[in-house]
Amino acid sequence: MPLSTQSQDDNDEQYILVASLDNARNLSNILKAIAFKDHAIFTATPNGLKVTVEDSKCLQANAFIQVEIFQEFTIKEDLVGFQVNLTVLLDCLNIFGGSTAPGLSTALRMCYRGYGYPLTLFLEEGGVVTVCKINTQEPEEPIDFDFCSSNVINKVILQSESLKEAFSELDMTSEVLQITMSPSQPYFRLSTFGNSGNAHYDYSKDSDMMELFKCTTTQTNRYKMLLLKPTTKALALSCKVSVRTDSRGFLSLQYMVRNDDGQICFVEYYCCPDEEVEEE
Amino acid sequence: MKFRGKIIDIACLNHFSRVVTTIAKLTKTCVLRLTPDNLFFVLSGKVANGGVSMWCELSQGNFFDEYQMEGVSSEDNEICLELSPENLSRALKTVQNAKSVKVKLTKKHCPCVTVSAELPTLSSVSRVVTHDVPVEVIPRRLWHELKEPSVPDFHVSIYLPPLKTMKNVVDRMKNLSNFLANLNGEMNLKIETDLVSVTTHFKDLGNPPWGGGSEGGADPEGMAEARVDIRRLQQFLMGQQVTPTKAMCNIVHQRILHLVVLHDDASLQYFIPAVA
Repeated sequence: MPLSTQSQDDNDEQYILVASLDNARNLSNILKAIAFKDHAIFTATPNGLKVTVEDSKCLQANAFIQVEIFQEFTIKEDLVGFQVNLTVLLDCLNIFGGSTAPGLSTALRMCYRGYGYPLTLFLEEGGVVTVCKINTQEPEEPIDFDFCSSNVINKVILQSESLKEAFSELDMTSEVLQITMSPSQPYFRLSTFGNSGNAHYDYSKDSDMMELFKCTTTQTNRYKMLLLKPTTKALALSCKVSVRTDSRGFLSLQYMVRNDDGQICFVEYYCCPDEEVEEE
Repeated sequence: MKFRGKIIDIACLNHFSRVVTTIAKLTKTCVLRLTPDNLFFVLSGKVANGGVSMWCELSQGNFFDEYQMEGVSSEDNEICLELSPENLSRALKTVQNAKSVKVKLTKKHCPCVTVSAELPTLSSVSRVVTHDVPVEVIPRRLWHELKEPSVPDFHVSIYLPPLKTMKNVVDRMKNLSNFLANLNGEMNLKIETDLVSVTTHFKDLGNPPWGGGSEGGADPEGMAEARVDIRRLQQFLMGQQVTPTKAMCNIVHQRILHLVVLHDDASLQYFIPAVA
């Protein structure tokens, strides 16, 4: 690989994080699923990379690219964190154009020297090399939504196919998306209340699309539509999605995404309930 | 002043149409200069268009089956017409299926280049389509502005990488900022903003045999640099529709970026001035 040369290895001494991918799309595609804001918090550990994007303290998206996805992943500290402009990063990852000829991919080497240094990207395609240095900022502390499995009241896992249609048709004039989960009818229901009227999408627990159904108590929660709109991108990329709500009505959406090489990565969204409504 | 020409070969018509479309993407107005042997599309560098200039040369024999012209006078046997290449491009596109296309200088409500053709229809009666492209005749006293630009004493000359690759990179750079370029047997495109700096390195591009360096013995590793408005470069790359036979650029250090594109039947030169 042209990006790994002897002189490069000598220079590597200066970096506290080096991550390489033969196909930059394995990173850029999953980042597109959470790119609804300009800024992203990068957290790297020996387990891999986590990228976090937040909106108004009510919504948080995380993309996980585990260490096995990378062709090379060297980290010199237990935790490396920084913040970058995600829009700029995506532009750089796609510097050679979005879609490329089959068999031709952009190789990526991402390097970080530490606090105060820019994030350096080496991108190569067809013998042409682009070097990008993106300014980093002090990472903000990601919000801890305190969402733990022990507090989960209801959980379903659906094949994404079934939800894609519903989400593409969602009435955007509705301020909220209401999610009802129940051990009895309607089992799993998405509802909107827009200018043209109310709409309900029901998914039965016996449906082929329903891979897992664990609902113990009837819960109805509403979430601001504008907050959940970005999740559509993650849904589009995914093959399966898990929907969980906890005792506070907090929502966790976890998307299973397969990359170009068939490897699995996860994207998760946490969302606070809209405060005006109480649980039924 | 008279001009009439006829194109009967569909490949020639397509080529001509493509050249005009490329010109239309580069500039809103330009001068069409007709001589007995050639057609030129000329844009002379003016502050109003950011100082860029363009020179496109076509040999009339490569396109026209019949070509007759009578210039302004016998000593000045040329015709210079200012027109909108977009208008001409649109006219040519509508007649691209014709068996033959006639182009001539006419006087309607104003001077025009009239494009007319017989188009096939489903019935036996064919229909005639006529387009009048208004033009302004350029008087002789302004012809000195339309001379072929002299090739500047450039410091470096280099073959360009595949234009599609270049376009992809330049398109992304436009999102980020607006300046670039630097060059040798290697070529770098670079932009720098508060947020990010991006440099793309092209290598093994090859240098044309006439080399560079107005003073002999210039250091081959040394880069000549021109900082240009990226939108101009983007315009140029957008206009290229087919892979040229040869594409190269010459740089006068910190002064001019001179892009040259050669096809079998036409050549196009585009000059972009460097900015401070």
